[in-house]
Amino acid sequence: MFFLSIHLADDALILGHRNSEWTGHGPNLEQDIAISNIALDQIGQARNFYQYAAELYNNNKDAYTKIISSPAFLQVTGSIDEDDLAYLRDAMEFRNHLLVELNKGDWAVTITRQFFMSLYQQLLYTDLQYSADKRLAGIAEKSLKEVNYHVRWSGEWVIRLGDGTEESHHRMETAIDQLWPYVGELFMPADFQLEAAASGLLKNPNYYREPWLEKTRAAFEQAGLAMPALNWYQKGGKKGIHTEHLGYLLAEMQYLQRSHPGAQW
Amino acid sequence: MSTESTIWKLLEEVKDPEVPVISVVDLGIIRDVKQTESGVEVTITPTYSGCPAMDVIAMQIRMVLAGHGYSPVTIKTVLSPAWTTEWMTEAGKEKLLAYGIAPPNPKQQVCTPGYFQQEEAVQCPHCRSFHTRSISEFGSTACKALYQCEDCKEPFDYFKCH
Repeated sequence: MFFLSIHLADDALILGHRNSEWTGHGPNLEQDIAISNIALDQIGQARNFYQYAAELYNNNKDAYTKIISSPAFLQVTGSIDEDDLAYLRDAMEFRNHLLVELNKGDWAVTITRQFFMSLYQQLLYTDLQYSADKRLAGIAEKSLKEVNYHVRWSGEWVIRLGDGTEESHHRMETAIDQLWPYVGELFMPADFQLEAAASGLLKNPNYYREPWLEKTRAAFEQAGLAMPALNWYQKGGKKGIHTEHLGYLLAEMQYLQRSHPGAQW
Repeated sequence: MSTESTIWKLLEEVKDPEVPVISVVDLGIIRDVKQTESGVEVTITPTYSGCPAMDVIAMQIRMVLAGHGYSPVTIKTVLSPAWTTEWMTEAGKEKLLAYGIAPPNPKQQVCTPGYFQQEEAVQCPHCRSFHTRSISEFGSTACKALYQCEDCKEPFDYFKCH
C-alpha cells in the first residue's frame, strides 16, 4: 500500500510541478490560470496521497528504511511527513510514470501529455473510489471531480489544436509522436500494482488499456489526428529507473528544502 | 443553547479568505462539530484538493474558538463524501450574488458535459441576463470559472457547480 500511495502521489506531484512551470508563461492569461489551477489540483492530490504514505511509513518504519535511503531523508528524526517524501527523496526513489517527468515542451506537448494522463487518472480513480482501502478511496473520490475538469479542458485543446491551423496540427502530430512511446507504461503493472490487484484493492492497470485507447481514439478522430501504431514502449519509472529529466526537475523543486532544511515562508 | 450549537454559531464568523463574504458554514465545508471530554473537534472537508485556503481556514477556526474559551480545538479533515456545491446554503448563494459572483446553479445539472458543451445557462450577477458565455473553465481560484455577460459586457466569476 505504501508504494501504491507513493506512486499515485509521485505521478500527481511531478506532473503538477511540470504544469506549474507554465505559471506566468502561459499562451494567454486565461490559459495560464487554467494550467496553474490544474497544477494546484494535482499538487493537492499528491499531498493527500503523501500524507497517507507518511502515516504508513511512520507505523512501520523498519520495513521501509531500506527502500528509502537518500541521506537527506534518513536525517529526519521522529515522524516523517508529506514534505519529507516530496523534497528529500532522490530520483531513484520516485515511482512515477516516465510520461509525467518529460519536459513540458511546447503547448501541444503539455496539452497532449495532460490529456493522456487525465484520461488514465479518470479511469483509475473511478474504480479506486470503491476500493476496500478507505483512505485511497476517499482521495480518489475527491480527485476524480477535479480530474473530470482536466479531461474536458485538455480534450478540448487536443481538438482545437488538431483541427486548427496547419501549424497547430503539425505540432500536435509531433507531440503525439514524442509522447506515444511513454503511454504504454501506464498499462504495464509494477509489482506493487500486481499486489494491490491480488488483494482486490485495485484492478490491474492493463485493464484500462482498451478503454483508454477508445477514449483517445474518439478525441483524435474529432481532432483529425491519426492514432500511432502501437508496438514498443519505454518503461522503468515505476521501478525507479528514470529519464535524465527527473533529476533536473528534482534539483529545482527540492533545492530550498535541501539547502535550508525545514525552511518555511 | 448546547455547546455544539454555540460553536456552529461562532463558526459563522469564520469567512472564506478567498471569498470573504461567505462563512465556512455557508460554504458547506464544516462536516461535524463535537464536544469531547478532551475539548472540541471540528471536522472540515476541502472544496478542492489543492485549495490553499484550507490551512488558513483551519487556523481561523482555532483562533475564533480559542477566543471564546474553547480549548483544545482539534481540526479533522475528511475527504469522503467529497464536497459538492449542493452543500452551500441558500443564504450563502445570495451573499455571493450580492458580492458579484454568480452562485452555482440551484439544482446541479451537468457538471461534466462533453467537449465544447456549455454546462448550463449562468446568470450575470450584475444585469441578471442569461445571455452569458464561458471564457475559461478556470478562474481566479480553484472553485471559480470566468464568464462574460454578452448584454452588459461585464466579466464575472461563476462559482462553478462541483
